[in-house]
Amino acid sequence: MTQSPTGLSAEVRRVLRFVVSELWPKGPLLTPFNLISVPVILLGIGILVVRFIYGLGAVTNLSQSYPWGLWIGFDVVTGVAFAGGAYVLTFVVYVMRVEKYHPIVRATVLNGLLAYMFYAGALVLDLGRPWNAPNPIIGNSFGYNSVLFLVCWHFMLYMMAEVVEFSPVVAEWLGLKRLRNILSSLTLAAVIFGVTLSMLHQAGLAALFLMAKPKIHPLWYSEFMPILFLVSSIYSGLSMVILEGTISHRVFSNQLDAAKHHQFDDMLLGLGKGAAITMFVYYFFKALVFLHDRQWNLLGSGWGAWYLFEVLGCVLVPCVMYIVAVRTRSTGLLRVAAIWALIGILLNRLNTSVFVFNWQSAHHYYPSWQEIVVTLTVVFVEIWAFRWIVLRMPVLREAHQLPHPESPVVAATA
Amino acid sequence: MDRRSFLKISAATGIALAAKEAPAKEAVNPEEFIGVLVDTTRCIGCRSCERACSVAHDLPVPDIEKDGALARARDTSDTQFTVVNRFATSKGEVFVKKQCMHCWQPACGAACLTNAMYKTRSGPVIWRPGKCIGCRFCMVSCPFDMPKFEYNTWNPRLLKCTMCAERLEQGKRPACVDACPTDALLFGSKRQLMEVARVRIYNHPERYVHKVYGEYEVGGTGWLYLSPVPFEEIGFRTDLGTTPYPEYTRPFLYAVPLALFGLPALLLGLNLLANNDDTPLEGSES
Repeated sequence: MTQSPTGLSAEVRRVLRFVVSELWPKGPLLTPFNLISVPVILLGIGILVVRFIYGLGAVTNLSQSYPWGLWIGFDVVTGVAFAGGAYVLTFVVYVMRVEKYHPIVRATVLNGLLAYMFYAGALVLDLGRPWNAPNPIIGNSFGYNSVLFLVCWHFMLYMMAEVVEFSPVVAEWLGLKRLRNILSSLTLAAVIFGVTLSMLHQAGLAALFLMAKPKIHPLWYSEFMPILFLVSSIYSGLSMVILEGTISHRVFSNQLDAAKHHQFDDMLLGLGKGAAITMFVYYFFKALVFLHDRQWNLLGSGWGAWYLFEVLGCVLVPCVMYIVAVRTRSTGLLRVAAIWALIGILLNRLNTSVFVFNWQSAHHYYPSWQEIVVTLTVVFVEIWAFRWIVLRMPVLREAHQLPHPESPVVAATA
Repeated sequence: MDRRSFLKISAATGIALAAKEAPAKEAVNPEEFIGVLVDTTRCIGCRSCERACSVAHDLPVPDIEKDGALARARDTSDTQFTVVNRFATSKGEVFVKKQCMHCWQPACGAACLTNAMYKTRSGPVIWRPGKCIGCRFCMVSCPFDMPKFEYNTWNPRLLKCTMCAERLEQGKRPACVDACPTDALLFGSKRQLMEVARVRIYNHPERYVHKVYGEYEVGGTGWLYLSPVPFEEIGFRTDLGTTPYPEYTRPFLYAVPLALFGLPALLLGLNLLANNDDTPLEGSES
């Protein structure tokens, strides 16, 4: 015990040296992705400088009748739905103990965590008075009766839960085995807390629009919007896991061992089955809401056609594709179904928050090129962060393999 | 009460109107929300209220004689908290003043996560700069689209009519009410204003539609309107319903604490049910 202070400081020094050594880029710099993303990110940063000096009007098409645009509609409302995979998969793996999906849980949690950090973090770019952003957090002005207050708190607490869920991976990366074991023991509690918060704020994003009743087209507005958003976030998350898993499987294939490659198709098909079932439930709910409100007369307009395209073309069609893909064990069709389902989610979220918002108004909102560039910047920076972490930490490679067996401390504790 | 004595009361009401305040035998109860009754049959479209509002709030003052702004329908903006619009109706020209309605249960206030949009005890809905984070959720929620955002500055504010809350504290009336030359605007508690409005409709049943806009709309508003023609003809939305807007989010907000305690219990239960750490039953498989 007397030696522990020196042992501890040596350990801290070792960790710091290791982190510094890991900061440098790994792999080639002149890849197609880098060549596209770096100029976009630089341009996006420039646009944000203009935005914070001259105001939101200088770079966005927002107006008095369209207070929320692409940055909220895509980055936050759609981004959070896309990130739903983390809560669904942690529920399946840690709560229901389905070990089959364990190999992809780390990558999914990392994706969810980064999506929340960057997409929900993009909310700050949209705030007119960001210096007051601590107000709803530190307690000097709590708007308890605000849906946004709840969503904001759930975002923050969920990010913390995801940090706890992911922390064992960081501990393994740093070679801190004892810390890893302590953090691992917190996982189940963090998952239960995180799933609860996720379900609430996925529904909460729809509850944001409940008071916009006179502004949202009746085909999209429903008092059941929170339930519809919650159910669709499940298949949205699963589809994203299928798509994202497929991409990282190709890009980072050297991180995976042969056994994982073999299991991989099996997992994808299992996820596809889950997605197909939740999609059908969602479709059923949509139909119930439609019939309950007796909205047949609304279908005749252009809005009606747009609605049918969203519900039949982008929910029912990919749902059937998922079913066929699972039955024929076709992972190719599964990926198409996943992309199609995600397009449907994108349409639904953008429709609710942007496109059919103020549908009766004379002006309509289209995002400016600057809004699109900033959105791409957010997406690219998130991918950079994901790549940086995956290339260093044991996210995709064998979960319990400690990367620094030569470390004396690890050897001593082992 | 016969017709004659009723008319006498109405006459007394008319005298009280000269003072631009509702007839008040008792003082205005501080617990009662105050508001303004707009009688569009009395408005001549002079826009004195617009000018008084701009002066009172240090905004660019419109040149109401020359700018010809009545030619087109206008909306309030971040530099103009009230506008008068002209409508061609079945009963001729009608002028309608537009500003924040100061709802009894404002959607903007329920939307605000920092209580920056705030319904004061006396009735005006005000905005408090030290609390606002600029998320614009109030704009999304307001059924009348009243809060306006300053899009072209690094330090934006959310602006709208405040019913001159500072002037009210000094015992004055809203600037627009003081400026109105035809008594189209009447200031008082909602209860008093409703009495006046009903008396006017009763006395001149042919002059008014028999409805006071704002009595029940979105759960009741501080500003009330009388009109000679159906309200759709003079630019009002009549499809907003009578439910106070915060009620639309109430079921969700009530569900949150239940879910926050119920779901973890359910999840923990599922986790224990799914526990397969025990040694598998021998001979049950293969």
